[in-house]
Amino acid sequence: MSPEVTLLVQSLVSGLLIGFVFSLLSVGLTLIFGVMDIVNFAHGEHLMLAMYLTFWMWYLWGIDPLLSLPVVAIALFILGVFTYKVLIKHVLDAPMLAQIFVTFGLMIFLRSLAQVLWSEDYRRIGDTWVSGRIEIFGIFIGLPQLVAAIGAVITTGVLYIFLKKTRTGWALEATAENKEVAGLMGIDTERMFALAWGLGLASVGVAGALLATFNPISPEVGAVFVLVTFVAVALGGFGSVPGAFVAGIIIGVVQVLGGFLWEPRFKTVLVYAIYLGVVFIRPQGLFGQR
Amino acid sequence: MALLELKGVTKQFGGLMANYDVTLSVEEGEIVGLIGPNGAGKTTLFNCITGYYKPTSGVVRFQGREITGWSPDRVCKTGIARTFQIVRVLKEMTVLENVMVGAFLRHPQAKDARRKALEILEFTGLAPRQDQLARNLTIANKKRLELARALATEPRLLFLDEAMAGLNPSETNDAVTMVRKLSEQQITIVLVEHVMKVIMPLAHRVVVLDSGQLIADDTPERIATNERVIEAYLGEKYRAASRSH
Amino acid sequence: MRTSRWQIPALLALILFLIAFPYLFTQPFLQRTMILIIMWSVLGLAWNFLGGYAGQVSFGHAIFFGLGAYTSTYLFTEYGISPWLGMIAGAVVAVIVSAIIGWPSFRLAGHYFAIATIAAGEIFAIIFRNWKTVGGAVGIYIPIVRGDKLIDFQFHDSKIGYYYIILAMLGLAALTTYALERNRIGYYLKAIREDPDAARSLGINVTLYKMYAMALSAAFTAIVGTFYAQFVLYISPNTVFALNISIQMALVAILGGTGTLAGPIIGAAVLIPMAEYTRVYLGGRAGGLHLVVYGLLIMIISVYQPGGLMAIYKQWRQKETARKMQQVTDAAAAGKEG
Repeated sequence: MSPEVTLLVQSLVSGLLIGFVFSLLSVGLTLIFGVMDIVNFAHGEHLMLAMYLTFWMWYLWGIDPLLSLPVVAIALFILGVFTYKVLIKHVLDAPMLAQIFVTFGLMIFLRSLAQVLWSEDYRRIGDTWVSGRIEIFGIFIGLPQLVAAIGAVITTGVLYIFLKKTRTGWALEATAENKEVAGLMGIDTERMFALAWGLGLASVGVAGALLATFNPISPEVGAVFVLVTFVAVALGGFGSVPGAFVAGIIIGVVQVLGGFLWEPRFKTVLVYAIYLGVVFIRPQGLFGQR
Repeated sequence: MALLELKGVTKQFGGLMANYDVTLSVEEGEIVGLIGPNGAGKTTLFNCITGYYKPTSGVVRFQGREITGWSPDRVCKTGIARTFQIVRVLKEMTVLENVMVGAFLRHPQAKDARRKALEILEFTGLAPRQDQLARNLTIANKKRLELARALATEPRLLFLDEAMAGLNPSETNDAVTMVRKLSEQQITIVLVEHVMKVIMPLAHRVVVLDSGQLIADDTPERIATNERVIEAYLGEKYRAASRSH
Repeated sequence: MRTSRWQIPALLALILFLIAFPYLFTQPFLQRTMILIIMWSVLGLAWNFLGGYAGQVSFGHAIFFGLGAYTSTYLFTEYGISPWLGMIAGAVVAVIVSAIIGWPSFRLAGHYFAIATIAAGEIFAIIFRNWKTVGGAVGIYIPIVRGDKLIDFQFHDSKIGYYYIILAMLGLAALTTYALERNRIGYYLKAIREDPDAARSLGINVTLYKMYAMALSAAFTAIVGTFYAQFVLYISPNTVFALNISIQMALVAILGGTGTLAGPIIGAAVLIPMAEYTRVYLGGRAGGLHLVVYGLLIMIISVYQPGGLMAIYKQWRQKETARKMQQVTDAAAAGKEG
């Protein structure tokens, strides 16, 4: 292969791998939106918390990110339920303005709190079980990225099977479909809302632990990922889990290719262009229905 | 020339035919009842005419002019007003302000819109409540407010979507009187009702939808004895009965 | 809301106080704080046109602030065009950009627009940080013109010139809001906020009126952007395109009460002294701390009182009226018995 082609394939592969992580993040966001029509603007900050949690467990006690992953996921699940009970529950019948503001306020709160507590410094997790890289046909694949992608696919798969095959998952989907009807069928919608927040944030927890193995950690890290997540959720169709999964991969690939063919620092501009394109051409997203 | 004409109006959602090949016309000055069992596609048809849905195929004409697929605000400007099945009052605005929003369509100056709105509040009996927030009204008054607001746009044709559902007998009586008064003022009215007995004494003509299709279009007396209509309603009762077991 | 007997004299007294302020309080710190309070009142009122009346939440108004600041500054430093003309040019640019952001997303539900504004805010910060012609990440210093003449939009001997310019802008924004509330557009915007589908059924072109509100909002924000540039005489992407500006604009409006004339002014009068106080007395170390408080404030208001301070005041007044009515009826009843 010529060097250009190798580089292109290299970009494609890394775009695909990060795309799976975007997918997992987007699935978490779209799950919450689907069940209760509320956008979690603090999604990126929840990711940031998950990454810091992973970092501190490694830094203070030397626990490997892969080991702390379940702990982070459970912690974020609890945080999700807590967020629902303390904040979200109170704005369910409030005007749109209050619904948008409540998670936006949470975003500012968490981000600036992280700045005050942990400073603006970038932190990195050093050697982990998955450090290193492998080479296939001249293409280098970072092991952390590969493991993150695999972990993201497995988590998304488990979540999907849970939604489709279990009674609770079915109740969750029924609630997303129609709250009143679900209530009449004897589903405790209140519990389903809390569960959606728990699962949504648990997905973020997994993504955070996986990302922490190779991505630098800072209070601003959520802002970088959340924009991509919003765009993926819009592209997939607000509330659609398979849509968010596919859209996450697409955006991962497009972003890396854009950085490769154009200017890396403008890749955010490209992601935004995708968002505008979706809004213009197919506002219901790839899998959404109108 | 009919005031409103529908030719072969069809609306499809994915695989579901909500309306299929509906052809009907409404003459100036008529009161037309549109009835049918639950899920017959009455509201969908309303939405296709008033611009909330774009028909998959077919033609809608108002005063001879084609308005198929127009946006709701354009439809309203040409002289078609509507109310909603589930009331949609502007909750944090007062009763007067709600009606003024409608009146602004034909009266861009605030003082003219206000005068028009007060006139309509007087006519609909809401005048004593003009300074209340719409959210604090009873259901019956909310429905009345929606009607007042629609009237403020000075329509020639008025669509009422279940304007009497959920009202007690005396409130229903008031509503029936109101519709008669409007009809005397040369406003053509199409009423959607689920319950047949409200429509019968009021409508000049009744059209019946079942599973998205027009199955009858006749005088109220003849509709009451129409085999297919009875069957459609009986079928619903039967289905309802079997569901509850 | 009905005006009560004392409202007009109180308003006149407030206006007189505002006009006399720089002569009553001559300390530079107080004058500077007052300028900032008024500036943020105007920004809050500007945000309010779109967020409060039309109910479309924007987290990206720093875009218009930055465009106003950059347009006038660039025209002045490169071509020597007066900042007053640059201010108008900036407003025009902001209106055009508002249409580009608003038009696609306004046809859809509210969260599409909110997300679009967050994304657009980041894009503009990135573009201006990398745009060498306008100084890149370093920004632009505005050359000093000596003379303290109104026409130059620069004052060095005292801040009084700036004070009256921003006070005039507040007057303009307040009058515009006052007129809007009594005009068809104001009614239409409120109807759109309450229920867009119902608004459509009443002949309102919802997208078009949202665009009007956003254009008005963007224009006022850009004008204040020019003011800020002339006041500070230095602009950079990190100061004028900052997310903080977008947040503080929204916060001022929701703290005081969205969709009201007095709300954003009250919000600024409460928030800005607080922010200045922490800035001066806690110093740079607490830089993030005031944002922690902002975040908490926004959450608390959203959960407990989406109507802001104005709603608390209205509730209090209703209770007062009810109490007085009760006293009157009690007195009447007592009179009858006696």
